[in-house]
Amino acid sequence: MHELSLCEGVLQVLEDTARKQGFERINIVWLEIGALAGVELEAMRFSFEVIKKGTLADSARLEIIRLPGKAWCLPCGNNVEIEQRFDACPRCGSYQLQVTGGEELRVKELEVE
Amino acid sequence: MMCTVCGCGEGETTIEGQEHHHHHHEHHHGHGHNHDYGQGAAHAHAPGLSQARMVQIEQDILGKNNEYAAANRHWFAQRKILALNLVSSPGSGKTTLLTRTLLDRKDHQPMAVIEGDQQTSHDADRIRETGVKALQINTGKGCHLDAHMVGHALESLTPEPDSVLFIENVGNLVCPAAFDLGEAHKITILSVTEGEDKPLKYPDMFHASDLMILNKIDLLPHLDFDVEQCIGYARRINPRIHVLRLSATTGEGMDAWYQWIEANRQLAALGGG
Repeated sequence: MHELSLCEGVLQVLEDTARKQGFERINIVWLEIGALAGVELEAMRFSFEVIKKGTLADSARLEIIRLPGKAWCLPCGNNVEIEQRFDACPRCGSYQLQVTGGEELRVKELEVE
Repeated sequence: MMCTVCGCGEGETTIEGQEHHHHHHEHHHGHGHNHDYGQGAAHAHAPGLSQARMVQIEQDILGKNNEYAAANRHWFAQRKILALNLVSSPGSGKTTLLTRTLLDRKDHQPMAVIEGDQQTSHDADRIRETGVKALQINTGKGCHLDAHMVGHALESLTPEPDSVLFIENVGNLVCPAAFDLGEAHKITILSVTEGEDKPLKYPDMFHASDLMILNKIDLLPHLDFDVEQCIGYARRINPRIHVLRLSATTGEGMDAWYQWIEANRQLAALGGG
C-alpha cells in the first residue's frame, strides 16, 4: 500500500503548485502511471479519495493515464511493448530486454479554478 | 498537517530520541524551492466564461523523496560512508544476518544501523546488544522507509566517517522498491524457505537491487528449493544482479559477503560508492 504515500506526494505537488500559481480548487488531476511503475491503479484511486478530503482537491476527479511498458531487445534489436518486467520479447522470445519506458509516475496536468 | 520546514506529512512516524521530528535540519534539507512548474499560469481565461483553467505540471510524484535521497547521498559521500538498504519479506533472517555481520566485523570497521519497523524497538535492541549503535524508526502504518525519515535519523545516529551504514527496511518486498533512501546499493535478502519464484512475484524489488543474498542455505537439504532456477528468475528481471549464498546461522558463505562489503566500502571511500 505505498499508493497512500504516493498520493501524499501527489497532494504535496498540488499544494506547492497552488501556492505558486494562485488557485484554490482543483477539478481534475491527471496522473501518468507507467505499467512498470509498481502501482496498483485501484489502490491509487482508493488512496486518492482518502487523501483528498478537506484539501484543495476535495472535489477533484482523478484521471489516470496508463503508459505502456517499453523495452529494447538486445538480440533482435526491436523496440517492443511489455506488460511485466519478466516478459519475454514478443518478437524473438529473448529475456534480454532493456526497459526504456513504463516507469513513469507523474502529475501531468490539472484543471483548476 | 504538513511540516512547513520540510513538508513532511508522516504524522505516525517516530524516530527514537526525537520527541518531535519536525525540527532543525538545515544541514541537508535546504532544497526543493526552485522547481519549474511550467507555463500553466500564462493561459488566461476569457472573461465571462468559467474560471477553470488548465495547469501543466509534468512533475514526478516521487520528486520530493528523490530530492531528500539525493541530499542523503551527498551527506554519505562527504563522509565516505557506505550506505546499504536491506530489503526482504518478514522472516527472511535479515536481523540475524545483520547481528552476525556486526559481531564478526565490528573490530574491523566502524558500522551503524537504522532499523525500520512498523512498531516496537525489538530489532534495534537486538542490534545494540552487539555494541554497534542503532536507531529505530517506527513507521506506524507506513509500509516502507522514505528518504526524509532517514535524513532525520542521521541527525540523531550520526554515523562515523568511513563507516558502513546498514538501513534495515520494513519487511516488505513491494513498497520499499520505489523509495530511494540515498543508499549506494539495495540488497534483497531471500531465504530458501521462501518460494524460488519470488523474483518473478516481486519483480520491482529485484530490479531495483544490486545484490541478492540467498540466506539459510544450511536448510537446503530439507527443502526442494531450486537455487539455480531462483537465480535464473532474478537475472531475468535484472541481468546485472549479484548473488551471494550464505547461512547467517552456520556462517557458511559469510566471508564472501564481508568481501563484498569491503570492496564496496573501498569504492565509497574513493567517491565511487
